[in-house]
Amino acid sequence: MTVERGQGAEKKKIIPERVPMSRRDPAERIRDFGEVAGGYTPDEAMAEASRCLGCKQPYCREGCPVGVDIPAFIGLIKEGLFEAAAAKVREENLLPAICGRVCPQENQCEQRCTLGQKYEPVAIGRLERFLGDYELARGKEVPETAPPSGRRVAVVGSGPGGLACAADLARLGHRVKLFESLHVPGGVLVYGIPEFRLPKRIVQAEIEALCRLGVEIECNVVVGRTVTIDELFAEGFDAVFVGTGAGSPRFPGIPGQNLPGVQSANGLLTRVNLMRAYRFPEYDTPVRIGRRVVVLGGGNVAMDAARTALRLGADEVRVVYRRSREELPARQEEVHHAEEEGVRFTFLAAPVRCLAGPDGRLGALECLRFELGAPDASGRRSPVPIPGSEFIMEVDNVIVAIGQGPNPLIQQTTPDLEVSPKGMIVADPETGATSKRGVFAGGDIVAGAATVIMAMGAGRKAARAIDAYLRGGVDPWNRR
Amino acid sequence: MFTIVRKEVLSPSVKLMEIEAPRIARRARAGQFLILRINERGERIPLTVADCDPERGTVTIVFMEIGKTTYALGRMNQGEALLDVVGPLGRPTEIERFGRVVCVAGGVGTAAVYPMCRAFQEAGNEVICIVGARTKELLFWEERLRSVVGELLITTDDGSYVRKGFVTDVLREVVERPEPPDRVVAVGPLPMMRAVCAVTREYGVKTIVSLNPIMLDGIGMCGACRVTVAGKTRMACVEGPEFDGHEVDFDELAQRLRRYQEQEREALARFQAECDCQ
Repeated sequence: MTVERGQGAEKKKIIPERVPMSRRDPAERIRDFGEVAGGYTPDEAMAEASRCLGCKQPYCREGCPVGVDIPAFIGLIKEGLFEAAAAKVREENLLPAICGRVCPQENQCEQRCTLGQKYEPVAIGRLERFLGDYELARGKEVPETAPPSGRRVAVVGSGPGGLACAADLARLGHRVKLFESLHVPGGVLVYGIPEFRLPKRIVQAEIEALCRLGVEIECNVVVGRTVTIDELFAEGFDAVFVGTGAGSPRFPGIPGQNLPGVQSANGLLTRVNLMRAYRFPEYDTPVRIGRRVVVLGGGNVAMDAARTALRLGADEVRVVYRRSREELPARQEEVHHAEEEGVRFTFLAAPVRCLAGPDGRLGALECLRFELGAPDASGRRSPVPIPGSEFIMEVDNVIVAIGQGPNPLIQQTTPDLEVSPKGMIVADPETGATSKRGVFAGGDIVAGAATVIMAMGAGRKAARAIDAYLRGGVDPWNRR
Repeated sequence: MFTIVRKEVLSPSVKLMEIEAPRIARRARAGQFLILRINERGERIPLTVADCDPERGTVTIVFMEIGKTTYALGRMNQGEALLDVVGPLGRPTEIERFGRVVCVAGGVGTAAVYPMCRAFQEAGNEVICIVGARTKELLFWEERLRSVVGELLITTDDGSYVRKGFVTDVLREVVERPEPPDRVVAVGPLPMMRAVCAVTREYGVKTIVSLNPIMLDGIGMCGACRVTVAGKTRMACVEGPEFDGHEVDFDELAQRLRRYQEQEREALARFQAECDCQ
């Protein structure tokens, strides 16, 4: 179906529905960890790009946390100029193959799409992913780098913030060393987001591209324990970027939360994604999932955990969330995929306590029903418990995905670094400058658990500020 | 590269390795641990740092072969390298001049207790060390320990060396002396640490235990190592591994330690079957 729409002298054809993207059948895909969504072919990408109205006022771009020139790259796709389109994306977003897969586009660019006000918005995320994959498949060119500045920067944490910061600094001519505490780089992209949503080969390719830029990576270094920030300066680094993320799991604080059978989503996901426990005993790390699994929480991590549990062989996986479906913080697409795969939902309920079975392990979960009351500070209607509405579910596993706090180790061992009451590093939102001279920070460690694109954006802002600082342009600590 | 520069067989099932890890060697303090991974398919296992030499850039670990990874590690030799070693992790032992400190070690805990004894003595404490082993041939580092303590007391479960009995028998005598200890530190198998705490609780002597829960990342991210201490959930990897033993929920910890028992048995059986084939 097409609709004619008058627009001055010119008439623009409206195509109300997006080009569908191939997806593996749910019954097949829950038997393995392979990627669910197939991605566009060049023809599909061009067809989808042709839906873009090319608005004079590109609201989509305003909706992008890093301001990617969306109409421009879509215009180039329309003409089949994929390389130019990819280069256009890359001006603002260094990780299109990753962001195209994991960004919550429906709350960002696609939410603002003019076409989307009445019809399906342009599939900006899928187009971005197409370009990212196109580039990776052809082998990314090594971009030109500025002449060596002679300055050295330590980037702590190799998640999206650190990767982006390191890439920009290297292109600006600085010598960059990336420190990672785990045994592989990538941070949450590797330990957190499952293979079926973000194949690790993509993260790997981005990291290889970074190495070709001259960035050095040292794994197995826990800054804060193995080496302190002050020692990094003593090692000869001129500036430090801290992007250690929010990886410290929160627990509900209910009786029985430490029973065997209760685990954090981070723990489950790290076993499976980082350690490949789903291939035990071929790989040494074991994982155990029972028949009946409850996941607490409603974000992307909860969806990832629920879908991982299914793939590990659980018969029944239920997400328990204290608000209603409308408030689910997870990406719609992930909720949709989870439901397709058979994940069930209990809304407006929250756990009260975990109960031990006869063997001393977790046997049941007691919950309380909620109703929605007045909106809270975040604008979401806050859940109010209904007295006497307790109910009990028999479960073998409870997976806790109710949020993550900041990783604490750098803050603990850097006394002159200002930290918020919640344990986050205090940094200037524009420059990433912290209270400690020469130290910048960005991503979840500053903002609290957010998105890949926000962390990447913060890393890039900090890179610009670090460059200015190292070249003697702007010293954020002299203005104070 | 984390090269094994020296290997020593301390008893048929207990081995020592000195590993090249200069960053860890520079910073490790008594009570801290490291996490290692042997190869690409390997699991991450935590082991206490038993000693370190900042000049040589090496750290020493002592381990008992009990599961697949420790058996596989025990078969590695000098000159070979581990894929990953990260540390030092955890908070160091609180070392102050407490007065009289008793360090109680069971099994491979002896290795962990050695740097603690040395640090306590250097801080001006009178250090008494009680070491227990199942049998004489499992005992190691007797002379080494003697060099850093005021008094070394040894027991064996079967009476094959010095005196027959458990560390708690000796501990009780020490605690009942006219000059009782100001602090007790216990490192060893969980039942032994629990028994030590039962004795010292009677006498009101502050007792620190070094816990060994299941761990994955060691930097506070997986939550597998959480223990209940004084009714609160604590992460042993970043807040521990040492806690006030009188506040630790040992029953819960014991149960959590058995979480992957079946898989651990399976992995070990497969590994041993493969070794027998070769």
